Amino acid sequence: MNAILTLRGVSKHFPGVTALDDVDIDLHAHEVLGLIGQNGSGKSTLMKIIGGLHQPSSGEVRLRGAPVRFGSPLQAARAGIGLVHQEQSLIGNLTVAENLFIDKPTDFARLGFYRRTRMNDAARRQLEKVELAVAPDTPVDELTFAQRQMVELAKVLSLEELVDGHLVVLFDEPTSVLTPSEIQALFRQVRRLKARSSVVFISHRMDEVLSISDRVYVLSDGRNVAERRHGETDPDELYELMVGRQRAGSILPRLNPPAMDAGKRLEVRDLTVPGKVAEVSFSVAPGEIVGLIGVQGSGAEAVCRSIFGVEETYQGRIAVEGREVRLTSPRGAVGLGIGYVPAERKTEGMMKGMSVAANMTVTFGSEYGHGGVLLAPARERREAEKWSQRLKIKTPSLDHRIDQLSGGNQQKAVLSKWLLGRSLKLLVLDHPTRGLDPGARADLFNAIRQLAEDGLSIVFVGDTLDEMVTLSDTILVLRDGRVSRRFDDVQSDRPSEEDIVKAMV
Amino acid sequence: MQQTRLLSADAGALASPNVGEAGAQRRTAGAGLGRALKSAGPLVALAAMVLVFSMMAPNFLSVANLQAILESAAVPAIIAVGLTFVLVQGSIDLSGEGVASLTNILLAILIANSITPYDLGLGAVLVAIGAGLGFGLLNGMLYAYLRMPSLIVTLGMWLITLGLAALLFPSRQPQILDGRFVGLALDKHLGISALVYLAVAIALVALVVERRTRLGRIGFAIGADEALVRLAGINVGLYKVAAFAICGAMAGVAGIFTAAQIGVGNPLAGEGLLFPGIAACVIGGTLLSGGRGGVLHSLVGVLVLVTLRNGLVQTGTNPLLQKTIEGVVIVVAVAASTWHLRRKTRVVK
Repeated sequence: MNAILTLRGVSKHFPGVTALDDVDIDLHAHEVLGLIGQNGSGKSTLMKIIGGLHQPSSGEVRLRGAPVRFGSPLQAARAGIGLVHQEQSLIGNLTVAENLFIDKPTDFARLGFYRRTRMNDAARRQLEKVELAVAPDTPVDELTFAQRQMVELAKVLSLEELVDGHLVVLFDEPTSVLTPSEIQALFRQVRRLKARSSVVFISHRMDEVLSISDRVYVLSDGRNVAERRHGETDPDELYELMVGRQRAGSILPRLNPPAMDAGKRLEVRDLTVPGKVAEVSFSVAPGEIVGLIGVQGSGAEAVCRSIFGVEETYQGRIAVEGREVRLTSPRGAVGLGIGYVPAERKTEGMMKGMSVAANMTVTFGSEYGHGGVLLAPARERREAEKWSQRLKIKTPSLDHRIDQLSGGNQQKAVLSKWLLGRSLKLLVLDHPTRGLDPGARADLFNAIRQLAEDGLSIVFVGDTLDEMVTLSDTILVLRDGRVSRRFDDVQSDRPSEEDIVKAMV
Repeated sequence: MQQTRLLSADAGALASPNVGEAGAQRRTAGAGLGRALKSAGPLVALAAMVLVFSMMAPNFLSVANLQAILESAAVPAIIAVGLTFVLVQGSIDLSGEGVASLTNILLAILIANSITPYDLGLGAVLVAIGAGLGFGLLNGMLYAYLRMPSLIVTLGMWLITLGLAALLFPSRQPQILDGRFVGLALDKHLGISALVYLAVAIALVALVVERRTRLGRIGFAIGADEALVRLAGINVGLYKVAAFAICGAMAGVAGIFTAAQIGVGNPLAGEGLLFPGIAACVIGGTLLSGGRGGVLHSLVGVLVLVTLRNGLVQTGTNPLLQKTIEGVVIVVAVAASTWHLRRKTRVVK
């Protein structure tokens, strides 16, 4: 087989960290190559080196036999290498069409003047490829996250028409925010792409990688530790290769069932958010974990946001510890002992560029001060250290920048921001495991389970059925904004996944 | 786990075709209406003001007064149009007053006048615009290539150009003698001077540049996320310099307009142009943080400000109170035009 792209002895050092250590990779023509590994194993760095965002510290990259060194993503694109970003690269206030062609030499701009009709027509053709039904002149700001991901894909696919010859398309966790039907559309694209390109595919969902890839490399701690062909392996083996331990039994069993008959922490009656949620009622007991799930647009996220005071226009009644309240701002919710971990960890959950400690103490640090006026940095710090140890946050020190931690550890730091609050009673988690690898997910689950055992109430929106059944005490399935089914005592009486799916559609 | 995903995949495939598509269409229609309403805020404010003033002062809606409003809008409109290109990129240009003063003097001493012997005619106009463009380019290059904050660069340039204007000012005030030039402000067609028509023409060209050219669109992109634009391999510096050049040239044009209006060279001709210019942009919905608004927004903002000033005079409001009322209206108008942003949890900087 002829290799399109070969990497030999590629290493990448960042100050204090070796992200890639002597990695060899071959990518053949018309091949889908899966790349798996935990967060921080070097997958994304590898992608960025191939895509021209980073340059290797040592080692060699060859494209069609010739050594290459890309100084920028643009150079890589001209050589036929496109990267579908994990962090999105679209500009919100430009239209879909403008974003598709922003980085490409086109004939839509004559002497700097746009020819919109032609540009929009060309954009429509690209959008059809990814089966995305949005108008090309829609501002990207008005698209959902998943739709943007498809635009991102279309942006890379439009290289097809600009570059002759074989393409290399890199997907960095493209599926983590997509719904199942969108994932199917993406896979159709990947299979279609094989006719004239090679694909590298990263995902945390190992079944996905296994079903789409012809070959899989496993990365661990910046090293290429294994290579498996399609059909030669299974998720359990891959999991073991990735994290070096068995996947079964990695999540703690529930020890103390929640005190269901004690006074309710939270009672929600006939919650309605126009256009999103209709007459949803449920309650949460101390120490109970309530999981919400539904297909995209089911309203599960809006329920969470209402509880945190972000959906100001909600109707219905919400009572916290028996007292009826009107939640109209996050500040009000925090005052009632409610914490919220948003789905968009990178943009809403944490302050990038600041230290882990600063992120952990931002909300409640002042509670450890003197009389609410003077701060007591040392005491704040001790409290942050305590939670960092309890949740096993892996960081060189608490002064390390939070965006340099792996996703799972970032998420744990975001969680602990709320745990520092002495009066915290209820934690609302919106897609807490999004973008986390299985090892980090299990770690996070254990942390959440531990908190619930200690009496904290949890409401979360889950991504997979698997995590719903593993973690929840009570599952609420939402469909079109309504609760379509409710499962109680999940830990002692596990519902079948078929039953949950039936309630979702 | 594999089974899980397969199951939910089927579920999604079943659910998606009808539900998803209908949702997308609804969203598009709703968003279009929402977009229109959001940018209509300043227009509503303008209409409300016209309504109130016309009830309080019978002369307010007279043809003569509407003509007067347009005349006084010409110069602020030129300034606001130029500023818009800089503001949508998230930068600012404070140098307009100085540059306009300088081009005013330059024009007055190079065109037929009572003091100096030069009589360059159209050449004087071109030199003045060229000077504005030049200082704009200088602003842009210092900002884009030396990476100095635009606020500081243009603050310095404001003072530099003000000083140069004072230096160029001859011992006595130059009276402009070129009849055709002064005629730009004096000769009326349909009761409106050529300056107003010119301002409208410039605004139309600016609209086309903003909406139809790469320069205009990339400007918005820079205001939204400069880092991403750089990653797309686009020469960000070039577009920044271009925006400042446009802004400088517009300040130059504004200086020339004032020369035609007052008929003399005045080293302080630009005084009081900057604040209304920036206020007009912001009232119209052009955010100082960049990425939103545009030429049309800024023009509506200009009309709001000019109409307000005119209306306060027409209704015989106590002159001592006029500034205060102006300030209140600006704050209220901006609060109204950014009301929809307030509701989101997103940070507005």
